[in-house]
Amino acid sequence: MNAIEVKNLTKVFGKFTAVDNINFDVKQGEIFGFLGANGAGKSTTIRMLIGILEPTSGDALVSGYSIKNQSDLVKKNIGYMSQKFSLYNDLTVVENIRFFAGIYGLDGKKYEERKNWVLKVADLENMENVITGSLPGGIKQRLALGTAVIHEPKIVFLDEPTSGVDPISRRNFWDLINELSEGGTTVLVTTHYLDEAEFCNDIILINAGKLIAQGNSKELKTNYIKNPILEIESDRIVDSMEILEKEKWVGETSIFGNYIHVILNDNTINEGHIYDLLRDKNGISVKRVEKITPTLEDVFIHLIEKDSKKNVQ
Amino acid sequence: MFNRIFAIAKKEMRQLKRDTRMLFIVFFFPVVLLAIFGYAINFDVHHIKIAVYDQDRSLISSEYFDLVTYIDNDDQIKKMLDEKIVQAVVVFPKDMSRRLLSKQEVKIQFLVDGVDGTSANVIQNYVNAATYSYSIQLTKEYLAVTGKNLYVPIDLQPRFWFNPDLQSTRFLIPGLMGMILIITAVISISLSIVREKERGTIEQINVSPLSSIEFILGKTIPYIVISLINATIVLLAGYILFDIVIKGNMLLLLLGTFAFLFAALSLGVFISTIADSQQVAFQAANVTSLLPSLILSGFIFPIESMPIAIQVLTNITPAKFYIVILRAILLRGAGISAFWDQLIYLGIFGLVFIALATLVDKKSKNK
Repeated sequence: MNAIEVKNLTKVFGKFTAVDNINFDVKQGEIFGFLGANGAGKSTTIRMLIGILEPTSGDALVSGYSIKNQSDLVKKNIGYMSQKFSLYNDLTVVENIRFFAGIYGLDGKKYEERKNWVLKVADLENMENVITGSLPGGIKQRLALGTAVIHEPKIVFLDEPTSGVDPISRRNFWDLINELSEGGTTVLVTTHYLDEAEFCNDIILINAGKLIAQGNSKELKTNYIKNPILEIESDRIVDSMEILEKEKWVGETSIFGNYIHVILNDNTINEGHIYDLLRDKNGISVKRVEKITPTLEDVFIHLIEKDSKKNVQ
Repeated sequence: MFNRIFAIAKKEMRQLKRDTRMLFIVFFFPVVLLAIFGYAINFDVHHIKIAVYDQDRSLISSEYFDLVTYIDNDDQIKKMLDEKIVQAVVVFPKDMSRRLLSKQEVKIQFLVDGVDGTSANVIQNYVNAATYSYSIQLTKEYLAVTGKNLYVPIDLQPRFWFNPDLQSTRFLIPGLMGMILIITAVISISLSIVREKERGTIEQINVSPLSSIEFILGKTIPYIVISLINATIVLLAGYILFDIVIKGNMLLLLLGTFAFLFAALSLGVFISTIADSQQVAFQAANVTSLLPSLILSGFIFPIESMPIAIQVLTNITPAKFYIVILRAILLRGAGISAFWDQLIYLGIFGLVFIALATLVDKKSKNK
């Protein structure tokens, strides 16, 4: 059985379709990445899956229970943590832990055991009486995750858990996610950091409420962009891009720092054509041209632009 | 289930302990209100300042009046009243003693500052009573000299029950208690729920298996305890400052207070479902609890003398029903038969607002 099975899930607010008939499955114990731009419908989907928003149509089975008519059972089997880290800033660390343990009905030995586990993963041993509001963001975020899974749910939903956190804390946080996953917990995480998406077993991408891609990161990179990609390093990036975009054989261009990525429409074009065009015809010094395998970012920009063009038409 | 409710209640208490602003609203506010209202709202008129223009120089005075000054000409009368030095001027005629002794009628002029109509009325009543009893006394003396007894066909002997001295504080304390309890209950519960909405912590509670009933019960328990403490403070202060003893049954008082808190807290919960920020909740709680409980509850202005439309409107504040209960228990020592209907009204009020809150909450879940 899959941990989550989403079937034709749709949510309409008035005239606006926030989530448009999406389908996907999440396997038991995997880390599942849920990607999309802001406003693409990620949070709406998650809110339906955790049972606090009713779908307009369609359904989903979370841990085997329908979100439509068994939301109480769904809630018992999941944990949830959002970008806002819903801890009480005016309570101490241990008071927060005790509260969340209390509403999930943990007590006695079990409570002691889980409390110690949360303190350990949040790196807060011996700091249990510190007021939560005074903790640094990264620690607070791990404490939030710890309390969100204090009742050892089978599935945990993380809605942009790492937004606004420094890179080292993000790395520590992902270590914790991996630890949970190794322990058999299914993790569904939304993010817009594409480097984080690389840590996920499976990924889906949604745009304007529609699912536009799914697979693991390798599949995404090979299945959705068939054409070769060239990475160009040059002095005058913007000028180079303008020149390239006039050529028929150039599909899409995007800038990555000092580089330009060009998706070609024509397989016969190679590095030589670029040097020829930019350096010889236009006098731009080109440092390097290299054929690369696409990054997730290439794939997503490509997919979202393609989808947006389709929507405009 | 009880463990979960208890977890919420304990958390709420811990937060409250650290929230000085809320503690101020919850504990200090009632005491201030009680002191201000208890002393400031007082319809009793004492120590009326008078000036006497005794053209006869033979004054008879009393404890209700403070004699400020004697004056000796007509021009000063106007000055005294104009400048608010006194509230009333008594003018005894020149030949008063002589006329009294010769059994002739005496006309005493009593000039009252009529700007404050209520006080002026009271002053007039005092003077009438004083004059009446002095006249009777003189008549009796006169008749005694002639060897006859005074025959008064009807002697009215009014006795005021439940508040023998007609002290207005006795009448006001129950209303004050209702007002203080409704303000603290409505404000504290609505703020405490809206704060969770504002900070996003309610999301975490929504995804837990906690039901809304458990959540609301857990939230209200601490405020019920606090309200009962407040009620005790008000009653103690009423006893110490204004000498008011509870005449009726304490258990009935507790029952009535619970019914009232149920109604007030459900109003607060309703406000929390429509307000999205603490500021809005605070304003809404003030408007729905403070004003109606002050103006429409019968606390100060008797409901029976309001126009019918306003009388219907008075039902928007549960304080109205509670004040009836309180006056019955505190002042009259009445049993449940005197106010059972009020308990039912309070129950209905509470249920209506809980139902409304559930409705609004369900709707907002699909947004």
